[in-house]
Amino acid sequence: MSAIAFDTVVEAPRGLFSARAWAAIIVAAIVLLVVVPVLHLAVPADSPLHVSEFWVALLGKFMCYAVLALAMDMIWGYTGILSLGQGLFFALGGYAFGMYLMRQIGHDGVYQSDLPDFMVFLDWKAFPWYWKLTDHFAWAALWVVAAPGLLAFVFGFFAFRSRIKGVYFSIITQALTYAAMLAFFRNDMGFGGNNGFTDFKRVLGIPITAPGTRTVIYLLSGLYLLGALVMCQAIVRSKLGRVLTAIRDSESRLLFLGYRTLSFKLFVWTLAAVMSGIAGALYVPQVGIINPSEMSPANSIEIAIWAAVGGRGTLFGPVLGAFVVNGAKSWFTVAFPQFWLYFLGLLFVLVTLLLPRGLIGLAAQLRRRGGHPAADEAPIAAIAPAQAPASKA
Amino acid sequence: MSANPAIHGMAPSAGAGYGHVLDPERVDTSHGPILYLDDITVSFDGFKALNRLSLTIDRGELRCIIGPNGAGKTTMMDVITGKTRPDHGKAFFGQTFDLARLADTEIARLGIGRKFQKPTVFENHTVFENLELALKGGKTLWPTLFARMTTEQRERIETTLRTIRLAAERSRLAGGLSHGQKQWLEIGMLLVQEPVLVLLDEPVAGMTDAETERTAELILELEGSHSLVVVEHDMDFVRRIARKVTVLHEGSVLAEGALGDVQADERVIEVYLGR
Repeated sequence: MSAIAFDTVVEAPRGLFSARAWAAIIVAAIVLLVVVPVLHLAVPADSPLHVSEFWVALLGKFMCYAVLALAMDMIWGYTGILSLGQGLFFALGGYAFGMYLMRQIGHDGVYQSDLPDFMVFLDWKAFPWYWKLTDHFAWAALWVVAAPGLLAFVFGFFAFRSRIKGVYFSIITQALTYAAMLAFFRNDMGFGGNNGFTDFKRVLGIPITAPGTRTVIYLLSGLYLLGALVMCQAIVRSKLGRVLTAIRDSESRLLFLGYRTLSFKLFVWTLAAVMSGIAGALYVPQVGIINPSEMSPANSIEIAIWAAVGGRGTLFGPVLGAFVVNGAKSWFTVAFPQFWLYFLGLLFVLVTLLLPRGLIGLAAQLRRRGGHPAADEAPIAAIAPAQAPASKA
Repeated sequence: MSANPAIHGMAPSAGAGYGHVLDPERVDTSHGPILYLDDITVSFDGFKALNRLSLTIDRGELRCIIGPNGAGKTTMMDVITGKTRPDHGKAFFGQTFDLARLADTEIARLGIGRKFQKPTVFENHTVFENLELALKGGKTLWPTLFARMTTEQRERIETTLRTIRLAAERSRLAGGLSHGQKQWLEIGMLLVQEPVLVLLDEPVAGMTDAETERTAELILELEGSHSLVVVEHDMDFVRRIARKVTVLHEGSVLAEGALGDVQADERVIEVYLGR
């Protein structure tokens, strides 16, 4: 049996998700958005049921990563455009919101100046022009969307118009994030050089490290993940979603049908960048730092690995992949810090060779073997057949 | 649509304000043929793939094009669909559309549909979804995101499914179809675009006898409501569907007429049939 069963009869669920998918979403949402916050805030710290700040911060971070993996899946899994620069958009959103958080420090920095510490250190006397208005939350929120969105739109327009595809596109995105990293490393860019922004004190005037504030940001991350999942599913289930997978499978055929694929690619590419930027903005207050290392090429490659491990071309897969890989990373980098990168590389190779449809594909296969009909898995079973091993299982 | 003297181009299905909306111009065939090629020459590195080719196709006509390998059949299709630009000569669709000046996607939207030799259906989409993607209109960004399929569109797909005999296969992934079924699906994808002119490049290549027979029936069903140009090697098949036949040789028209007359032509026998 090949990994793609072409004679599958596809029965699309009538609603947005199948009943089983809704059940999974609701259970996950209750655990992450109700149980965890309640156990964190309402249960005393000495109780064994207490969820510590560490876990809330970790899960909040993972939920931001999950949106990043979803964005990756929209462009790579569904549209077949492998971006190896997605970390750049994540970091830009983070920096845009980080500027606001720096302004919120006010006079409470080490030098007790109007300016952030790093500017005082550089002996700057006033804010550069692009820091104007960054003390307004709405302005910062606008740039969280606009910075990654505009960059993606302009870059995407020229790249797609020149019909740059495949590995060339991937390499250019990799170069883009690397170039941006080098630029942000420079102190005179005005973004804090290699230290970036850190030591945040407040958001909207409220202490940022207070358990309540942390929990609210955590909840916002969870709701954002939920919203992103529903939005992506709505897109994937629309005719637009079928156009995107058709771009992945045979773009020239689609051009010939009269679709101008440029606008479709530009749309999903920009959407993914904006999704990533907002995820970055939610991530920064939870981890308390943003610096140029977020733009390192390796970070962007990791995002692709999350999506591949979970299962490209499915929406649940990348979300699962982001949690599993980052969970493993959290454990591994404590237990065997020097082996993590080897393990990550090995994981990617094994998944690519043995599980072309990722963990989600494995789960579906196991269920089929258990005798359950898997008809409702079929709408998400859409990986290019070339990537399926000929005689697996 | 069969009785319309002038067939509409793409309807302005999208409102103003976004994307690329083509003018709802019409393919004007009131004063002559639907396709008019005059003195077309195409050279590749000095080799003349088409050499002063002139050809006209009338509305509703079923025309078969035959000729030995390298006669320029595929290049002619490429010129008509905008894939190749002629070095010399005129190519008009109806009275008004200069095919030498339009982009391939614009030509497709105007109503020239082409089926390639090798079937290229979307293998990871169902049969129904393949037809949905091919449906005429609504091929810009926002309509694909927000528009729902109308009853009329759904009926068009259902009708087409019956025409191409794939109604029972509608929910199957197209990658699982047999070769012949893929060819029919490809023809169906042409039909739902409501093309004015249909170009079929070797529609029965690789088909079983039964599939070939079924394809001939299908093409004869389309005659009259569509203008069809069929390029084919299989002479039995051509004999089955032929009305008027054009023989190409070395990039130009060698003979044209009823199949019997063409087959009796000395020159044709010499270069092609008799050998």
